[in-house]
Amino acid sequence: MTVSDLDPRLVGDQPGLAGAWVSFRRRLAQGELGTLPVIVGIAVIWAIFWLANDRFLTPGNLTNLLLQLAGVGTISIGVVLVLLLGEIDLSVGALSGFAAAVMAVLNVKQGWPGWLAILAGLATGVIIGAFQGFWVTRFRIPAFVVTLAGLLAWTGALLLVLGETGTVNITDGTIIGLTSTFFIPLDAWLLAVFVIVAYTAEKLWERRRRVAAGLPVPPVQILVTRIVVIAVALLVTAAVLAADRGLPLVLLIFVGLVVLVDLLIKRTRFGRHVLAVGGNAEAARRAGIQVDNVRLVVFTLASTLAAAGGILAASRLFAVNQSSGASDTLLNAIAAAVIGGTSLFGGRGSAYSALLGGLVILSIQNGMNLLGVASSTKFLVTGGVLLLAATVDALSRRGRQAAGRA
Amino acid sequence: MADGTPLLELRGVNKRFGAVQALTDVDFEAHPGRVTALVGDNGAGKSTLIKTIAGINPMDAGEYRFDGRPVQVSTPQAATALGIATVYQDLALCDNLDVVANLYLGREELGAVRLLDETDMEQEASKVLKRLAVRIPSVRTLIASLSGGQRQGVAIARSMLGEPKVVMLDEPTAALGVAQTAQVLDLIRTLRDQGLAVVVISHNLADVFAVADTIVVLRLGRQVGVLDAKQIDSDEVVAAITGAKAGDEQQPTEVSEP
Repeated sequence: MTVSDLDPRLVGDQPGLAGAWVSFRRRLAQGELGTLPVIVGIAVIWAIFWLANDRFLTPGNLTNLLLQLAGVGTISIGVVLVLLLGEIDLSVGALSGFAAAVMAVLNVKQGWPGWLAILAGLATGVIIGAFQGFWVTRFRIPAFVVTLAGLLAWTGALLLVLGETGTVNITDGTIIGLTSTFFIPLDAWLLAVFVIVAYTAEKLWERRRRVAAGLPVPPVQILVTRIVVIAVALLVTAAVLAADRGLPLVLLIFVGLVVLVDLLIKRTRFGRHVLAVGGNAEAARRAGIQVDNVRLVVFTLASTLAAAGGILAASRLFAVNQSSGASDTLLNAIAAAVIGGTSLFGGRGSAYSALLGGLVILSIQNGMNLLGVASSTKFLVTGGVLLLAATVDALSRRGRQAAGRA
Repeated sequence: MADGTPLLELRGVNKRFGAVQALTDVDFEAHPGRVTALVGDNGAGKSTLIKTIAGINPMDAGEYRFDGRPVQVSTPQAATALGIATVYQDLALCDNLDVVANLYLGREELGAVRLLDETDMEQEASKVLKRLAVRIPSVRTLIASLSGGQRQGVAIARSMLGEPKVVMLDEPTAALGVAQTAQVLDLIRTLRDQGLAVVVISHNLADVFAVADTIVVLRLGRQVGVLDAKQIDSDEVVAAITGAKAGDEQQPTEVSEP
């Protein structure tokens, strides 16, 4: 008897491309949607806005879209981490504003060099995250409440730090350079090609190891399809960027963080523990995982990413003011993570949610700005999209439960 | 009855939770290559005893010997380090992770640049599942899509990865169908044949008689009998569990020491 000695009632994956297609359709039917709905969503949204205003899909506008995405997207990466635990962090918006204000005030009013002020802003995130995480784990107060208190407190701290003036304009080259630095168009192409080659090499290496170990490998057509899809996406992005100002540094930072955090979640011991705590905290505890430490580190990471997002946003706007990180920053960051497919119920999701969900949210806002839609309508539409995404999550969870996969 | 030194030996265990004396002067032993069943009515102290052995609820008073040496087991880690693995009734698996991830939860193997070595873990996971004859569609299946028996198999396989000397199973056949129960009982025999000391808690006397060599009966926190499964019938065990007859009369060898 072997592991592959199947119970005939179990549905296994048939070999070959046709089998993979059948399994893919079955997974869809059972609610394992992956990134498919969000990619379809982006395509639909882009098509609608392009029909309404053909300036939407110009390289200039798409580059602006990506610049806007970087700030809120970076905050959203942290939200993904917290959601994976099955927790929530409501303080990320206010914190992003506060951290940016700390950076701006130290740089402008205290004369700290740009890089040091940026580090101080990030450190603010680290300290606040550790503080909130400590409160959640030590006193067993729901994260919802602790971070709600944080939302209020850091909003107050922002006003306090900004003082009388209310607005601090940033002129420091290092800070502004985060957003206004563009690598020459050729770099976008070179980077795209490099990433494709690296990705292919990694996949082939992994495949060879699996074959050497006698483990099953997916059909080669699947691998080729994946590589082609990723290559096309990267090359199109490179073409769009090259047609405008080139590859923005801020995009490199944001996407780099997405890739890093994805690696952290999927390929490291810590990431595995985060998923385990989100899936079944008691099981994680019994497996010897220091559950409270995992929570503490995740809240610290989330706050640090929020601070980074606030700094990127300040760099794009050349200023920090009393409404930095206020109003829709928090909601956009959470909505992006959820729309991107990270479950609100913990244990399921990916760092790429921040990228894809952020694209949905910002495409809608950017498109409606182009059309000159009133902000009342923008809130209504964004709210509707969030509700839709959360419904897809809840329904697919129900589908998984019906299929015994929840 | 078993000969030789027991691998696991507890003498005069007392455990109190507030006003409740959960265990009073309980003696217990488990031998390698033998299945010891722990039976008793609800609240008899079976789970408390298991948790004491596993280091989750350290005993208030009593003697704990492992392989003949007196040891202190006050944390789950200490029990694991001795080679005592426990599979709890709720299995403690993460539904959102696959079989390999669950098997290696808390002891993930790292490869180059401190990333998870998935290939190695998958290979080892396949081996241990094959050795235990646990049948699952693929080691990359999510736990959520496995049946109760398969989950029990995965939980037991996980306990085997640490190469333990003692495996304790808490109600391994509860809530399982006929075929799945048979599968799990087979698995228990496999463990025994590999020379492990197996401790099984069960309510189901048919299952107990199917695999056990020795039956230890608890009643109201006291050990009231150590019975040879080959020499008694289930009526006698029921009597010992319920106290309808004095279980102590059937106790062949053991005498509780204060």
